[in-house]
Amino acid sequence: MLNTIANFFEYQFVTNAFAAALLISIAAAMVGTYIVAKRLVFLSGGITHASFGGIGIAYYIGINPIIGAAVFAVLAAFGVEALHQKMNVREDSAIGMLWSVGMAIGIFFIYLTPGYSPNLMTFLFGSILTVSSSDLILLLILNLVMVSFFVIFYKPILYLAFDSEFAKTQQIPVKIFSYILKGFLAITIVLSIRMVGIILLISMLTIPPTIANLFTKRFSNIIYISAIIGFVGSIGGLLISYNINVPSGATIIMVLVAIFAIAKLAKYIIVRTQLRST
Amino acid sequence: MAKILEIISASAGYNNEIVLKDINLEISDFDFVGVIGPNGGGKTTLLKLLLGDLKPIKGTVKYCSRTPKESLFGYLPQITSIDKRFPITVNEVVLSGLLGKKGVTGRYNKKDNQLAFDMLNRIGITELKDKAIGELSGGQLQRVFLSRALISHPRLLVLDEPNTFVDNKFEKELYELLKELNNEMAIIMVSHDLGTITSHVKTIACVNRTLHYHPSNRISTEQLAAYDCPIQIIAHGKIPHTILGKH
Repeated sequence: MLNTIANFFEYQFVTNAFAAALLISIAAAMVGTYIVAKRLVFLSGGITHASFGGIGIAYYIGINPIIGAAVFAVLAAFGVEALHQKMNVREDSAIGMLWSVGMAIGIFFIYLTPGYSPNLMTFLFGSILTVSSSDLILLLILNLVMVSFFVIFYKPILYLAFDSEFAKTQQIPVKIFSYILKGFLAITIVLSIRMVGIILLISMLTIPPTIANLFTKRFSNIIYISAIIGFVGSIGGLLISYNINVPSGATIIMVLVAIFAIAKLAKYIIVRTQLRST
Repeated sequence: MAKILEIISASAGYNNEIVLKDINLEISDFDFVGVIGPNGGGKTTLLKLLLGDLKPIKGTVKYCSRTPKESLFGYLPQITSIDKRFPITVNEVVLSGLLGKKGVTGRYNKKDNQLAFDMLNRIGITELKDKAIGELSGGQLQRVFLSRALISHPRLLVLDEPNTFVDNKFEKELYELLKELNNEMAIIMVSHDLGTITSHVKTIACVNRTLHYHPSNRISTEQLAAYDCPIQIIAHGKIPHTILGKH
């Protein structure tokens, strides 16, 4: 086993994969904690799937699929709000529409694109071993910007997520902050697609904060713990998938769910023992 | 007594639907206004309008003091609009009442933490300081939100149905506390419970699409009917013809 791991690290793509796992875990922890606390999980699922439309069009016109995905993710994030506010569509219906319309556009254009699309499965199911150095640089920039933003504006982020009406009465520019956070959400989603793929991405955002929330009730601690859990889960999943030769994205999600099950059990035992001792 | 704010022939609503039409209201220091009216009549909209949370479609809301808005108001929203499972502690919630004074990048210091502690002490919930809000009862939660509203020493305390989801004991304590606070600040309070409100407030605003100001805490059913303000009267025993304060 140790030998396998040692061999494993000789490859550049493996080092890249580890770096990507770390960077995605940190970004996903910040964004994930926010969306779980503010109950934006369904919206995030919609943005993720809608981005597939951008990937399809990018293939058709021959540009980098990540750019197409980014454009569609941002459009979806703000499109939901526009449909809801301006056109009077109920919010969850608007999310559902953009979710499937995005997928439909993606399928439509990929079908129209002549020839075989070799990387298509990468976008649907993820393939962290194909992460390139330029992907890493983008992830690093995203992390630097987001970490600084969360450190400087931690208070407004926390209180706008908790009670935006009250935050508004305290003269916090609630609208601007929630737009910026939605932008971060869309970009984090797009840059994480490589790792677990569109279909599995939402778990990468939601499972770590859910586990962390079992043990701490502080927003900031949830972010820290989520980052660690996300990293441990992705590395664990990566090693297992390498050893038994199965897709890494699915394995990562299964490892995260296993951590959740163990954590839930641990929490149950802790609560029981505490009850008994008092 | 100095005027705090003035709503002048203002109309307000959401998405082109007008909820409040052509209303006037003046609030001065040490006022205690009870806001009553049917559900959907615009009570919460009135509060949002005076807090500056909602811009009037027509007319104006004039702030007569130089106090910046974040120190002018202490706001207690309806408890139903709060997600009780949100990961946040009591102390963090109370400190957020200082958010406006601190600005978007400010950090809480020792003095702020002391202020929060003194506030919790005054409301009598220091032992809840580090608890998550999900672990609290309805009455405890109202106390926490009241502490958040009061920590900035506002000139006007804005309360949206503070007596929902609480037990009788808390309600009694709440009204005693409000009476004491009224010596320091003006209060405007929305309530369903007319019988109780009249014992504590000084004046009444009947809100049902429009606003009728009643400069006394005694109001008769005829007057309510004249104000087109159908509300449920909760009283114990015989319902008196005129609803008087319980003195």
